[in-house]
Amino acid sequence: MSVGSAAPSAAGARSADTSKLLSFYHSPVGKKAVMAITGLIGAGFVIAHMLGNLQVFLGPAVMNAYGMKLHESPPLLYGARTVLLIALALHIVAAVQLSRMNAQARPKGYAKWTPAGSSYASRTMRVSGPLLALFIIYHLLHFTSGVAHPNFHYQDALHRVPAPYENVVAGFSNPVVSLVYIAAMIVLMLHIHHGAWSLFQSLGLNHPRYTPALRSLARAASYALLTGNCAIPLAVLAGVVK
Amino acid sequence: MNLDSRIPSGPIEKKWDNCRFDMKLVNPANKRKYTVIVVGTGLAGGSAAATLGELGYNVLCFSHQDSPRRAHSIAAQGGINAAKNYQNDGDSIYRLFYDTVKGGDFRAREANVYRLAQISVNIIDQCVAQGVPFAREYGGMLANRSFGGAQVSRTFYARGQTGQQLLLGAYQALERQIQAGSVKMFPRREMLDLIVIDGVARGVVTRDMVTGRFEATVADAVVLGTGGYGNIFYLSTNARNSNATAIWRAYKRGAAFGNPCFTQIHPTCIPVSGEYQSKLTLMSESLRNDGRIWVPLRKGDTRPPAQIPEAERDYYLERRYPSFGNLVPRDVASRNAKMVCDEGRGVGPSGFGVYLDFAGSINRLGADTIRERYGNLFEMYERITGEDPYSLPMRIYPAVHYTMGGLWVDYRLQSTIPGLFVIGEANFSDHGANRLGASALMQGLADGYFVLPYTIGDYLASSKLEKLDASHAAARQGLDGAGELTRKLLGIKGKRSVDSFHKELGKYMWEYCGMARNAKGLEHAQGKIAELRDEFWKNVNVTGGGEEINQALERAGRVADFLELGELMCLDALQRRESCGGHFREEWQTPEGEAQRDDENFSHAAAWLHQGPGKTPERLVEPLAFEYVHPSQRSYK
Amino acid sequence: MKIILHVWRQKDRNAEGKLVRYECPNVSEHMSFLEMLDVLNEDLTAKGDDPVAFEHDCREGICGCCGFVINGVAHGPMPGTTVCQLHMRHFKDGDELYLEPWRAMAFPVLKDLMVDRSAFDRIIAAGGYVSVSTGAPPDGNALPVPKSDAERAMDAAQCIGCGACVAACPNASASLFTSAKVSHLGLLPQGQPERHERALGMVRQMAIEGFGACGNIGECEAVCPKRISIENIARMHRDFLCAAFAERPHVETGGAG
Repeated sequence: MSVGSAAPSAAGARSADTSKLLSFYHSPVGKKAVMAITGLIGAGFVIAHMLGNLQVFLGPAVMNAYGMKLHESPPLLYGARTVLLIALALHIVAAVQLSRMNAQARPKGYAKWTPAGSSYASRTMRVSGPLLALFIIYHLLHFTSGVAHPNFHYQDALHRVPAPYENVVAGFSNPVVSLVYIAAMIVLMLHIHHGAWSLFQSLGLNHPRYTPALRSLARAASYALLTGNCAIPLAVLAGVVK
Repeated sequence: MNLDSRIPSGPIEKKWDNCRFDMKLVNPANKRKYTVIVVGTGLAGGSAAATLGELGYNVLCFSHQDSPRRAHSIAAQGGINAAKNYQNDGDSIYRLFYDTVKGGDFRAREANVYRLAQISVNIIDQCVAQGVPFAREYGGMLANRSFGGAQVSRTFYARGQTGQQLLLGAYQALERQIQAGSVKMFPRREMLDLIVIDGVARGVVTRDMVTGRFEATVADAVVLGTGGYGNIFYLSTNARNSNATAIWRAYKRGAAFGNPCFTQIHPTCIPVSGEYQSKLTLMSESLRNDGRIWVPLRKGDTRPPAQIPEAERDYYLERRYPSFGNLVPRDVASRNAKMVCDEGRGVGPSGFGVYLDFAGSINRLGADTIRERYGNLFEMYERITGEDPYSLPMRIYPAVHYTMGGLWVDYRLQSTIPGLFVIGEANFSDHGANRLGASALMQGLADGYFVLPYTIGDYLASSKLEKLDASHAAARQGLDGAGELTRKLLGIKGKRSVDSFHKELGKYMWEYCGMARNAKGLEHAQGKIAELRDEFWKNVNVTGGGEEINQALERAGRVADFLELGELMCLDALQRRESCGGHFREEWQTPEGEAQRDDENFSHAAAWLHQGPGKTPERLVEPLAFEYVHPSQRSYK
Repeated sequence: MKIILHVWRQKDRNAEGKLVRYECPNVSEHMSFLEMLDVLNEDLTAKGDDPVAFEHDCREGICGCCGFVINGVAHGPMPGTTVCQLHMRHFKDGDELYLEPWRAMAFPVLKDLMVDRSAFDRIIAAGGYVSVSTGAPPDGNALPVPKSDAERAMDAAQCIGCGACVAACPNASASLFTSAKVSHLGLLPQGQPERHERALGMVRQMAIEGFGACGNIGECEAVCPKRISIENIARMHRDFLCAAFAERPHVETGGAG
């Protein structure tokens, strides 16, 4: 039996090669899991960071002692910094790769597109992410290394331990700098607003009983971050912290 | 030519076993050397293609849809029957057999129906194993409901989407075979001709609906599972692209057409709302389990339903058929609806509608229970009509739904052309003159999963088939013919659109060959259809070209076939001078207005053999013997 | 009422397309959206123009053939409704509507509003089934299925494969479609033996076809005519992640003697 030459060709030429060993990260779901875990690290850090920074309201002694304490245990400080940097790098690499894949998946857009069920925050992750990356660079140069700080103080110049309280007050006394920080915190709020819920979805955790609570928690965390972090420059500008 | 139904010997419960034992087997190692073409991917075609692939045959599967999952089986709502007797209410294979023969008004082949009832049990098991999410009881066991015309609960269902879930089961099995390489799928191909070589079916001619290319494919056997021809009525519950082209072109190549006039009108559809209407939507007849059908007692009563007191309502089915009430078979329910509307007691803006009222059930069971049972149907009704059936009674009217007729096949599902097998709604076999609710899915899957895969093996093992390729003269002739027809349709460039012809044909069919027929009307319709066909070939306007996606061209070819089939349906209806099941000839009715059979002269299936263009087809007869279920006047009183 | 349409017209897969303006002067509120297009096509045919190609079949919202984007929303403004079931009573006189095909790399436009969705079939072929051949399976009641599991499986199994989820997703991700099948089979006992393989195979195929990644934004469930929840996507992620870490190296076992 043979099929004639005029017979049509089969549909479905492409198929998954299941014989290959799994490359977990190769899959978009794997990349999303990496983004979720690194995002969780990031979100945990920004919350802890905010709580630490809020000590500025307890006065220079407490704040600077906190800074000193961190510098007294280099394994802790550098360990944390390494984890954070790796997480950040992975988060960014995965985001860039996914964004490229997503752009290829929709080469031509719609003349008209109306959102039907998504939040503003979720649709702007691709914008809020890069903005936050830029902010992080500035923030590190500003308050960590002091390169971008016009008036950087050390509480222990020999061991190059910065004086966070003075640096914060000096830094935020400039209204332009404060504005940049406040704007960045709005962007952070948006990013966390979606990200802190979305990461659970990416990791496969969704349950009708708990997910609404998780979503509320994510929203609450994002608003808390906005309020807490913006309180500092505003307090400096208002002269409450000086 | 004689029709040999090849009914196996032995007592009825042994016939299928005997047949299976008598059939030759194909050596497993040789199966892949046989190529089988399956056209259509609904419950019948899809399940057949998957099963043949599993068995090791080389299967080529064609569908006019973009994906096998879109076949119209997907729209079946209510359920699938099986003689499982899970409810311990006295069901059995014999009872399902009995009910089906009786429901079909004694115009089906007993042996086929018995086999169908036997296999029904396996179908449920097979589908459950595939992951079909049938409804379950709280204890985890399968749930059942009773369904139009049955006094036992033997219908299995998946909400109101049973057809969808069964089809997806078959589709997934088919995709598994496609992945495994045993089935090659050719979507968006329309079958335009059957290749017959030395009197044996050896292939199909198809058109690639994207590129317009004609393709000839040859094989060792051809299976048609291309569904029914209800779309001839233009307005029907069929999908818009359902068509008769595959079976009609096979008919023109010599496959006899069985009982073309046996069409089923479904009683519970949403009434027509206007001239632009493109299709009718069926509401599952499971609704009749909990809804009560009524019209006002008085003619021309235009009060809103809530203002009509109980005493002024006529629950006509409950009144006339006290033991079956609202659950009488489809043909009886439909005809009664027509009767009350013809009396001027119809409801709704057109007067062609009756109420299906859930108020009593909602009071008794609560709205939540009703929502659980019929939620998606209620939603669909509201979407289409803009009325809320929880507070207002639904309005329903009968619509064409299913065609019991189709290509004639023997017990082994082979048509009068050797090597051409026909399964599911496309054949004529198991339902007689009327199909019971929840039996179509059963038949499609029985044919595809459990009957054809055996019988086709016997055919292949016992036939000597020459090796061929698509350059054979018959294949080339088929290609040329299909091309010629297409060029002709495109070349007419007349004034009327394809749809306008289709609509006009549909009106004749509905008017004269619909729920009630008479000799005068049928003869009139024959003349009208012939005139319309002449006009079609002079005045149709098919825009666009042949070598591209051209939906007008696709429809034109189908309507051209409907214009021929319509005449055959009228001829068959005219020649069957009796009433039976869905075929109601006004001249033959009991004093109570029920269908009056003529068992002496018409206890047979009529199969029409094409004699060439312009010639009257020959009417062959397959006598039906009823050894187990004795024909009686159906009574649902 | 009068409706103004801007319809995407594209001759074939390779042609450039553009939006073309049409007026539909006599639209009845009882018409379905597709019936309005039928009327437009009859007018175009009468003028000798090429009618607008759009896919449709059952016209009762179950076959999954139809669908295009109306003013930026897949299947139009009514939640849980396919375009064939969308009636004109939801629009008003003078409305101006933009009709565009599903847009995704994996869904090339074939003509006008028609796209090629065969990628979905290949995703199913990559594992969206239970490997059971026709034969003699156990009795249907042999494995009890808790009613709630059967219901949830049914919720997911309702997917009609229309592709609206892909069309609505800014990333053109097929996650909702794929996860509906992963969930449907993963919730039933019959689907357990291949649960991990299924998730791996289908997720991989999704990427091979060129669909984007899920951003968890929820546009898909908002436009889904069967209201399939993104909870299914989480379930698919869970199955995939468990499977990815649990997958064992392939070991050849000896054959029969």
